[in-house]
Amino acid sequence: MQRRHIDESPIRFDLWRRRLPNWLQRFLPSGGGTHEDHHGKGMFGLTIFLLSESIIFLSFIFTYVALRLTTHNWLPPGISGPELSTLVVINTVVLLSSSFVIQPAENALKRNQLSKFRWLWLITIAMGSYFLVGLLIEWKSLDFKITTGLVGSTFYLLTGFHGLHVLAGVVLQIIMLIRSFIPGNYNQTHFGTSATTLFWHFVDVVWVFLFSLIYLWRT
Amino acid sequence: MTHDFSQEITGDRESQNQQGNTWRQYFSFNTDHKVIGVQYMVMTFIFFLIGGLLAMLIRAELLTPESNLVDRPLYNGLFTMHGTIMIFLWIIPFNAGLSNYLVPLMIGARDMSFPLLNAISFWILPPAGLLLLSSFFLPNGTAQAGWWSYPPVSLQVPGDQFINGEFIWIVSLVLIGISSIMGAVNFVTTIFWMRAPGMTFFRMPVFVWSVFSAQLLQLVNLPALTAALILLLLDLSFGTQFFKPDANGDPIIYQHLFWFYSHPAVYIMALPAFGIFAEILPAFSRNPLFGYRSVAIATLGIAFISIFVWVHHMFTSATPGWMRMTFMATSMLVAIPTGIKAFAWTATIWRSKLHLETPMLFAMGGAAMFIFGGVTGVMLAATPFDIHVNNTYFVVGHFHYIVFNTITMAIFAAIYYWFPKITGRMYAEGWGKLHFWLTFIPANITFFSMHPLGLQGMLRRVSSYDPQYQGWNIIASLASFLLGASTLPFIANIVGSWLYGPRAVDNPWHATGLEWTTSSPPPRDNFEEIPTVTRPPYDYGNPKYSVIVNSDNSE
Ligand code: HEM
Ligand SMILES: [Cu+2]
Repeated sequence: MQRRHIDESPIRFDLWRRRLPNWLQRFLPSGGGTHEDHHGKGMFGLTIFLLSESIIFLSFIFTYVALRLTTHNWLPPGISGPELSTLVVINTVVLLSSSFVIQPAENALKRNQLSKFRWLWLITIAMGSYFLVGLLIEWKSLDFKITTGLVGSTFYLLTGFHGLHVLAGVVLQIIMLIRSFIPGNYNQTHFGTSATTLFWHFVDVVWVFLFSLIYLWRT
Repeated sequence: MTHDFSQEITGDRESQNQQGNTWRQYFSFNTDHKVIGVQYMVMTFIFFLIGGLLAMLIRAELLTPESNLVDRPLYNGLFTMHGTIMIFLWIIPFNAGLSNYLVPLMIGARDMSFPLLNAISFWILPPAGLLLLSSFFLPNGTAQAGWWSYPPVSLQVPGDQFINGEFIWIVSLVLIGISSIMGAVNFVTTIFWMRAPGMTFFRMPVFVWSVFSAQLLQLVNLPALTAALILLLLDLSFGTQFFKPDANGDPIIYQHLFWFYSHPAVYIMALPAFGIFAEILPAFSRNPLFGYRSVAIATLGIAFISIFVWVHHMFTSATPGWMRMTFMATSMLVAIPTGIKAFAWTATIWRSKLHLETPMLFAMGGAAMFIFGGVTGVMLAATPFDIHVNNTYFVVGHFHYIVFNTITMAIFAAIYYWFPKITGRMYAEGWGKLHFWLTFIPANITFFSMHPLGLQGMLRRVSSYDPQYQGWNIIASLASFLLGASTLPFIANIVGSWLYGPRAVDNPWHATGLEWTTSSPPPRDNFEEIPTVTRPPYDYGNPKYSVIVNSDNSE
């Protein structure tokens, strides 16, 4: 429709000038109608923010892989590197399964089942905290530090940066739990819980990649 | 079609300014995107002045072959801070400010999608900038490794592991980066979700397309720089070894991460400038923008290609042959969408009656200078040529044609063009023209001189040089002082007109954008009533569409 007015040029690059725009237009939402949808807007913003975050993780992973592929003595003498211990396995299982707890929690809130939400939410908080404590215990038990060669530098970088995200997630969860006790605040809590849930899934997915690279890639 | 602007410009509309903002608001935490936009623009202009003073010190040192004005560590600090300030505290945040002001108005929204986040993005910047400047007062001075801060040079800091210029440099840049990411989330969400009814993607002004593309690049590429800076900080202060060659670390990884952001960053800076040209050239030639859709898609295309060319900054970093070839090819590809744009600008003003008011002078000057800078860019993308002139003044000349002669000129064009909208008052035309010529001529002398210097082999980032280079250096330095002085009439004009200028009408240029349909300055919520858009963006020349009419459903 609006094409008619724009066609002021005599030149026709068919694909470039006509098909591609129409094709794009089909994908991009057309203006209007969505102004007041705070929830949708917020989730959209969070999603593209997480896209950004994943680039940071990708940059760290790129650094790790590049260094590891080009370094011959990856493990300094006397150091065995990060081990796939039972502690790590349990930790991983707990973190990943927490995604299957937080999702029903969010759904419960949407259906206004407040006490179900609170219970499941509390369990998620516990699982996240368990992971953090487990990470600290693992760090304590290792025979290398952040300054011990590239293995130390990269290991603490990857687990530490991810751990910070888990911590942020747990803090968000605690805030949402407290909010759910403040009457009249449910609207914000709805967005907050959806956002926290999405963030939490993201943190879990990132861990799958980090876990495989750190613990399953043997030298 | 041709129209005499001068009568309307000074049209007197009393009480127009009532909805405007008081000066107090500009110093306070405010969530109105227009206030935030002005806050950004004024603050970054102050940094532009500081960065300019540093540049004049550098040029003063280079008047003579000997290193005799400042000592070498200070000289290193001067060019490092100059580059950092100009890129991260002038062009990029100025664009963020201008976009903040304009995007909601241009798409018919009442504000940005996350106003609180918007204010926070801005207020991170003043402390970050002051932190950066404070490093001049450290015992060992500021960071000295250049704006790109390559390790291992950047890791060789004297003195304390925390209290040093490099540490402060990294922390401020991470803060600025966080601010930019939050801004990018806000812009992309706003453009996706907040458009007025009928404002489809292909009815958006090219400026909005440019902001959209540039902010997507911020989202996708800036995190790589943040990652690089985090790793650098860990190496510098916490004993890790990522980039330390003597401990198996690899400094080249830093270069990859750095340029993965910093090449697209040139388009984060340049795309809004192209957007400004696309608004001003049609308005002052009373022609529709030629090939609007092609230009819009070319904007996205430039952004997309720019993600895959970063290695052209690393041709001399022991890069393997196949990589050099590949990235030479991708770099040259950029010439295609860029060419489409340059062609569209030319075709827009072709054979039209030009109105040479100050915004138009700056826009035409800037667009022309971009052609020159683009050509030297393609030359540099040719690997053999680049190996010859890499790290010489040729590169400095090339990118100053872009960052000063093109982008900074575009910024001035934008300031004059939207000044009546933002302030509700008119600037003084004579002073504006004086400012233009005082900028355009010295800038060309200054930055042209750098090309022969580079071809003859003068290295960049040196405070002393072989006497054979002195001639061109004197020319460049003297012209640069004039260039510095050219900001004085600009400041006088802007400040004077803001306070005492004649009242401006809503649409002094008879432009077609939505921003011109509301009052000058716009009310708190931008529009009395959210407009419904039924028109393509550049309807000049069509009498029926010469101004977008809000609720016109005649189609
Ligand atoms: C659009 C605006 C542009 C801007 C803002 C820009 C900016 C810059 C900057 C800041 C540098 C210097 C980096 C440094 O070494 O510190 C640079 C170098 C370079 N530019 Fe551009 N540029 C632009 C366009 C282009 C284009 C269109 C091309 C190629 C098609 C290009 C190719 C290069 C190359 C190859 C270098 C590296 C030269 C070397 O280090 O030896 N540039 N540019
Ligand atoms: Cu580049």
